[in-house]
Amino acid sequence: MIIYGVALLAFCMLVGVFVGDLLGSFIGVQANVGGIGIAMLLLIYLSNLGDKKLQFGPMTESGIHFWSAMYIPIVVAMAAKQNVIGALSGGWMALLAGVGAVVASFLLIPVIAHFTPAAEGGNSNAD
Amino acid sequence: MLIETLTAVLSKNALITAFLFMGLLMWLSYFLSEKLTKGQIHGSAVAITIGLVLAYIGGKYTGGSKGLADIAIFSGIGVMGGAMFRDFAIVATAFGAKTDELKKAGWVGAASVIIGVALSFFIGAIVAVSFGYTDPVAISTIGAGAATYIVGPVTGTALGASSDVIALSVAAGLTKSVLVMVGTPFVAKRIGLNNPYSAMIYGGLMGTTSGVAAGLAATDPKLVPYGAMTATFYTGVGCLLAPSLLFLIVRALA
Repeated sequence: MIIYGVALLAFCMLVGVFVGDLLGSFIGVQANVGGIGIAMLLLIYLSNLGDKKLQFGPMTESGIHFWSAMYIPIVVAMAAKQNVIGALSGGWMALLAGVGAVVASFLLIPVIAHFTPAAEGGNSNAD
Repeated sequence: MLIETLTAVLSKNALITAFLFMGLLMWLSYFLSEKLTKGQIHGSAVAITIGLVLAYIGGKYTGGSKGLADIAIFSGIGVMGGAMFRDFAIVATAFGAKTDELKKAGWVGAASVIIGVALSFFIGAIVAVSFGYTDPVAISTIGAGAATYIVGPVTGTALGASSDVIALSVAAGLTKSVLVMVGTPFVAKRIGLNNPYSAMIYGGLMGTTSGVAAGLAATDPKLVPYGAMTATFYTGVGCLLAPSLLFLIVRALA
């Protein structure tokens, strides 16, 4: 059933956010630390159990695929609710700080990528 | 009377209205992408850009801070594009991600989060100094804002910065987020953003979840889980480092 997939997704997200909040208060910051990342890892882990215990039916999978496919329209909706005026109202200093941070980060990506295995985009040619 | 009834129906069923509106907007965007750019600029990149323009118009029109979602009939966009659905969809994209690739680039991904926080912080701090700020609290708050628009106010509050400095830090973070959304597809090729490894580094260096989410959607949706995975740790690490270690460094130097 489709709802099994949706429920599994909800379970992973809630567990992740819960752990992320605990992690945040544990190290003493007022923020969620990696909650969504933990949720993603949990989902990947559970879906890779496949051939052992947890067998996902095709309908269960389509409950997850639906939300995965809704990702782009959701992100567009997110763009449409951004505080763009707020970004532009900070004047030159805020603009420069933001632009500088982005440009520097972009430039650093290929530098750090140099240290990863198979950085040329190959899938399995790294030992 | 017709208009009033219609407006009432659209506002009462705001989330459903948002589904219809986003469907039309996506259709228009893919149409424009195909006709005007022959698919050169991806349909989702066009859609995100139109979304941001609409957010600007909405903000200008209502004076609110939620873009188009501040207009009553479009309030559903605020729900659909809010953190809850966004995170739910991000988690869903992880379904089918390759664990090997995550493992292989795990350490580099983790390192890029810390490097990313420090890099953005110091760039923001240098800009603040060059604009005449000398107070380490203000410099650190603006630097933290250049990390993300959440790290900025969290740091500012922790250090006791004034509210106008905190507002500036939010503006810096918002600028970063919007620029990452729009800019990523244009620089993707040059910076080698075409595989899971570089996507993890990208997520770690950029850190803004909304920026990364939209930037990768507009570049290659297959990379979303890898970038989002590292980006999700960024704000937490930023809130940890900015008001503590990074602030102490600024105070020692100032």
